[in-house]
Amino acid sequence: MTDTTETFAPGTHPDLPPPLGSRGIVKWMRENLFSSATNTVLTLLGAYLIYLAVPAFLDWFILDAVFDAGSRNECWERAGGACWSVVVVRFDQLMYGFYPEELRWRVDLAFLLLFVALAPVLFDKVPGRRYLAIFSIVYPVIAFFLLWGGMGLEPVESAKFGGFMLTVLIGVSGIIASLPLGIVLALGRRSELIVLRVVCICFIEFIRGVPLITLLFIASTLLNYFLPPGSNFDLLLRVLIMVTLFAAAYLAEVIRGGLQAIPKGQFEAAMSMGMSYWKMMGLIVLPQAMKISIPGIVNTFIGLYKDTTLVVIIGLLDPLGLSQSILADSKWQGLSTEIYIFIAIFFFLSCFSMSRYSIYLENKLHRGHKR
Amino acid sequence: MKVLSGLIAAAAVAGVATAASAGTLDDIKAKGFVQCGVSTGVAGFAFTDDKGNWQGFDPAVCQAVGAAIFGDPSKVKYTPTTGKTRFEALKSGEIDMLARNTTWTLSRDADLKLTFVGINYYDGQGFMVPKALGVKSAKELGGASVCIQTGTTTELNLAEYFRTNNMKYEPVPIETNAEGRQNYLAGRCDVYTTDASGLAATRGTFENPADHVLLPEIISKEPLGPLVRHGDDQWADIVRWTLNVLITAEELGVTAANADKMSTSSANPEVKRMLGTEGNTGEMLGLRPDWGLQALKAGGNYGEIFERFIGSKTPIGLERGLNAQWVNGGLIYSPPIR
Repeated sequence: MTDTTETFAPGTHPDLPPPLGSRGIVKWMRENLFSSATNTVLTLLGAYLIYLAVPAFLDWFILDAVFDAGSRNECWERAGGACWSVVVVRFDQLMYGFYPEELRWRVDLAFLLLFVALAPVLFDKVPGRRYLAIFSIVYPVIAFFLLWGGMGLEPVESAKFGGFMLTVLIGVSGIIASLPLGIVLALGRRSELIVLRVVCICFIEFIRGVPLITLLFIASTLLNYFLPPGSNFDLLLRVLIMVTLFAAAYLAEVIRGGLQAIPKGQFEAAMSMGMSYWKMMGLIVLPQAMKISIPGIVNTFIGLYKDTTLVVIIGLLDPLGLSQSILADSKWQGLSTEIYIFIAIFFFLSCFSMSRYSIYLENKLHRGHKR
Repeated sequence: MKVLSGLIAAAAVAGVATAASAGTLDDIKAKGFVQCGVSTGVAGFAFTDDKGNWQGFDPAVCQAVGAAIFGDPSKVKYTPTTGKTRFEALKSGEIDMLARNTTWTLSRDADLKLTFVGINYYDGQGFMVPKALGVKSAKELGGASVCIQTGTTTELNLAEYFRTNNMKYEPVPIETNAEGRQNYLAGRCDVYTTDASGLAATRGTFENPADHVLLPEIISKEPLGPLVRHGDDQWADIVRWTLNVLITAEELGVTAANADKMSTSSANPEVKRMLGTEGNTGEMLGLRPDWGLQALKAGGNYGEIFERFIGSKTPIGLERGLNAQWVNGGLIYSPPIR
């Protein structure tokens, strides 16, 4: 036995760790899970519920799931879990709809380029941001030709668009086009020019006063009667325009809220510097107003993105619409849970990343007057 | 302002003129395909296969029409339509024909100005109950809770049926078929009622279909068929007689497999007229001489199409019932092709 006793002068002994019961995980559990009789009961109950639900869910979700069966019956014969085969077999269909198989690289390319085009807009530390910004401006044209064809590429009619590609297309175009329009409408509504103001108010109130479905019906059926017969104005373009107008009206009100939060002194200070209206708005007021409105704007964007699923009512097959036609195949019928979970995961990923970006942006623009 | 309204009126007149004078068949031949409205997905009746092509009992009619015109069943483009957009799509000329389990009613015919060219499925509202309930007839359903889609004709039919039979029921309102399925399986209602074909299709999605029975009573008439818009009788004739060829072929025992042989070797002159080796039926319709043969080879005769997509061997498992040939006691009957 070695002698481990050391002697310390009074007051120099180093602090001993707290006793086991008041440190680390035990302490945390005592404080948070078992602090009183009620909490102890609730904790045990919760643990029991987790024990009941989680293993069963995992069994269904992964362990007993079938990924490579040829039909629903084959799935159900092999195991009792989820039949992901339907998603595997129909994956391309859920992604691209009816887009011709040999041309799908164009969709992939357009999707990749979307991120290249978005990078300089979303982040300010991208290398070569100036040159990339030029690309961002021409990107919509490039994407249009990639998706619809033309300029030497084989044309694809928009009736063949479907699946997540359609969701992203409607969502992203609506988001990108509605923001500038929304800013203009918000400024117009606060303008001192009476005609401009009345036009903006009428537009915003009309669009906000009717449901999106009504506008989609106008796009799909009523417009046919106004347009000269024989003219074939692409249904998808009509829908894109309606979705953009719808989102713009909501954004205008969100941004107006931001504008009204800017103290009058800011306007007066800008005017006393001799700034013109556009300089005052562009350099002083809008940057502050937009910063305040970020949560509201992103909220509208996320809402718009999810609203794109409504196009199924006018016969455009987004993932939810496709799920209907897939589940009508007697090989796969009855597997709605699997397909809906897959679609939900996709929407969650899209919307969650938008929401995270908005938090990043808020923190970046944080100038110390946060309450 | 006057100039503007004059222009609009002129454009409107011109529009009416072009719409009325344009031959649908000529337009179709010029663009090279038939634009066919289908549903966005009804089990067995219209669905997309693993390759992304539209298939089913309804698209089969479109494929037969495409084959009758072009000799090629793939010369069809599909427009998925919903219950709300289907008639507008047809009337505005976006689609040439609609094959989307649509019930033939007077108001749709006369008021919406549509022409139903025939009936390819006789449907009707039925009841499904769990076998364990031991119910044998809808007359024993007094006091039951019934899952019913709100705002449909089925809701009105149900109320009328229970009133005339002096029974009470408790409605459980639902919006969609998927919702009805969940509620019924969860036991929130004893009975699920909608069109019998829909009930059978829904039952096919259950894990144990044999535990549920369809009651024998059918309480409404829902004749489903393809339709075109008013104003072009030649085009309506083409779709009507293509459907009739499929029906007649089953009656006469002509199938996709033996059609080529029958067209030359059959002793029955009606078979030869139908398949284009005798007479000039194609010329009368403005089609190729072998239009009937091509329509038949597209997907087989009526019976073959029925068995392939919705028949008793498929998971949908519909019996022929009312949809048997008239010679077998059903209602499927085609006027003679001569």
